[in-house]
Amino acid sequence: MNFDDSPEEAAYRARVRAWIAAHAPDMAALSAEERRNWHPRHKAIARAWQAAKADAGYACISWPEEWGGAGGTAIEEAIFNQEESRAGLQFTYFMTGLHMLLPALLEHNRDDLSLARVPPAVRGEEIWCQLFSEPSSGSDSAGIRTAAVCDGDDWVINGQKVWNSGAQIADYGMLLARTDPDVPKHKGLTVFWLDMKTPGIEVRPIRMMSGDSELNEVFLSDVRIPDRQRVGEVNGGWKVVISTLMNERAALGSGTGLNWRDIIALARQVPSWDGTAMDDPAFREWLADYYVQVEAIRLTSFRTLSSLSKGEAPGPESSAGKLLWSGTTQDMTDHVLDILDHGGLLDDPGQAAANGAFQHRFLWAPGLRLGGGTDEIMKNIIAERVLGLPGDIRVDKAVPFREIPSGR
Amino acid sequence: MNFDYTDEQKALKDEARRFLAAVSPLSVVRGALEHPADGYDRALWRRIGEQGWCGAATPEAYGGLGIGYVELCALAEELGRALAPVPFASTVYLFAEALLAAGSEEQKAGLLPRVAAGELIGTLAVSEGPGVLTPERIATRFAEGVLTGAKLPVVDGMAADRAIVLAAGEAGPGLYLVDLGGPGVARNSVSTIDPTRGSAQLVFAAAPAQPVGQPGQGLALLARIQDRAAVLLAFEQLGGADRCLEMARDYALERYAFGRPIGSYQAIKHKLADVFVRNEVARANAYYGAWALSTDAPELPLAAAAARVAGSAAYWLASKENIQTHGGIGFTWEADCHFFYRRARHLGLVLGAPRDWKRRLADRLEARVAQEDRERQTA
Repeated sequence: MNFDDSPEEAAYRARVRAWIAAHAPDMAALSAEERRNWHPRHKAIARAWQAAKADAGYACISWPEEWGGAGGTAIEEAIFNQEESRAGLQFTYFMTGLHMLLPALLEHNRDDLSLARVPPAVRGEEIWCQLFSEPSSGSDSAGIRTAAVCDGDDWVINGQKVWNSGAQIADYGMLLARTDPDVPKHKGLTVFWLDMKTPGIEVRPIRMMSGDSELNEVFLSDVRIPDRQRVGEVNGGWKVVISTLMNERAALGSGTGLNWRDIIALARQVPSWDGTAMDDPAFREWLADYYVQVEAIRLTSFRTLSSLSKGEAPGPESSAGKLLWSGTTQDMTDHVLDILDHGGLLDDPGQAAANGAFQHRFLWAPGLRLGGGTDEIMKNIIAERVLGLPGDIRVDKAVPFREIPSGR
Repeated sequence: MNFDYTDEQKALKDEARRFLAAVSPLSVVRGALEHPADGYDRALWRRIGEQGWCGAATPEAYGGLGIGYVELCALAEELGRALAPVPFASTVYLFAEALLAAGSEEQKAGLLPRVAAGELIGTLAVSEGPGVLTPERIATRFAEGVLTGAKLPVVDGMAADRAIVLAAGEAGPGLYLVDLGGPGVARNSVSTIDPTRGSAQLVFAAAPAQPVGQPGQGLALLARIQDRAAVLLAFEQLGGADRCLEMARDYALERYAFGRPIGSYQAIKHKLADVFVRNEVARANAYYGAWALSTDAPELPLAAAAARVAGSAAYWLASKENIQTHGGIGFTWEADCHFFYRRARHLGLVLGAPRDWKRRLADRLEARVAQEDRERQTA
């Protein structure tokens, strides 16, 4: 166990820290409103930052140079991410593409035209979204109904997708479709990528309970795409899905957003019975409990990194990180609103404590426990894949997809 | 950076697990439970002493193996997993660490080689009864070379040859070394929630004692010793919590209800997944603590408090849910589940309750933030 940087790692960190300090965008120039995810000004800054990183060799550090990466190590990439978040620069626009979808594209697709989409994504010029979930298939992710039918060298796609984060601004999407309804559900799926401007695609934003609209419904009507945009084998789509989902959980589990330092900074300013909230014994006890859990997420992501750097795929332990992160985040917002007392009600960025960041997180938190695999699915994965307990009884497993009963 | 045991450390840990499986099966723990007056298992203690484990991290100059603290953490994890009914924690994590931290050359040279050889049992005596012992409430006093007062409970107080005792002195609280076989010392065994770890009341009536460390510096020294022990005990907690989860998992696969293994029901699966997550939280914080301990890093006080808070919470959850998963049989004297339930609470209290350590953790987080603020200002 050695949590110190090696001399090479320390030198890399120093170089990265200096580079970030010299090139970081000035977030203070944005208003509190503009600093929120998906605001056009926020997005513009994120894109410029991503391009600057790519020019300097700090985008997708561990990827080969031919795909726009820097040919570095997973440890170097993690060091850069740590320094980036230390500087308060955490942008999520490119995560779906760079952490989930494009690694799968690189793994499963050898077509030049398809692979040419990778470098612009690394530079932040093109944004990707995921088109997997459907109204009738949430946790049951292999139960999708969107159909892709082969027509000569093309595929014709019809169906509806939902919960597609960023689809309203995405340039490209990766889509899961059913290509054979006469075999059991996992065996008739195929993955494709497509240009979101392809005729027949309609994106409708969904307003979430937080008031934000970053999730969407995507309708596909006779969308025609060439076979070269297929990712992986025909009816081999489930394998592609699994690799993207494991990447997603590893990325979500590494924990982003408000941290214990932000909480202490706020608590030191909030009046309480004796001094500030930071002097309240009950709050301090909670803070200790919260800290050991979020610290564990940080430390466990290092261990995931150790296995990544040995060339091993992220394992089911990342499900524990995702489960822990979403639950502790929701619990944290509850406690922080508590110390604000009546003032916890305010969420106007101009009036609320910390510009309403905790209130915004509070209203987002239920989604964290649902997106990227619900708490319940994470617990099933841990119980089955880590602890070796029996799978749930599945009545739809050996049945042709067309014969599976569907409710509402 | 390396966030795991090295291959050599893993080999040591595997060997320790095999050794303890052979010499300290749960029947040995049951023996200690049935005969609490013995205080510990003498044959097992002798075997452990022969392995050199009591001096694993002690420098060779004092008769130890000097193989390092991460290695000692690995042994602690296995001892915790085996519930070994021996005075290892008191002797090695507390007594020997106190001497290493502040003992005089004469004290170290005279006692540490005997500890390392497994010949001498030591303990640390702090508590004076129910409730938090604040500095002004310390009733045990040291004056003119002798100690007067009483300590209750003292883990391994019956087994120990020597104790290091927290007492009020002229310059403030201090630590004092007492020969428990010497004059002015009376002791009697006390019954506790974990009879596999013997405990005593120690009564001092003008018992000769020597200071350990500077007079008046006892509280700072005690905090330092407790931080180091907190990391080592976190590994015992982790080992025990992991074993509870394995027991519950194994039982959930064997036990059928309504025609299916109970482990196929989500009520059990999700419960055990929660235990797994808590154990991973304990593991991550314990590993970080091991690194801080082995390098004497400035992060040690924060890392130690986090390891202790996480370890106590994980073992408590795992031990109670292990009983719950076992159902009625888990509640019987005959089943082994209660050994872990008892030990979980024992380990959670011996160094001060989790409530105490959460206070320390919050203090240290504030200190960290203040230090980072200062660094930012100078930069």
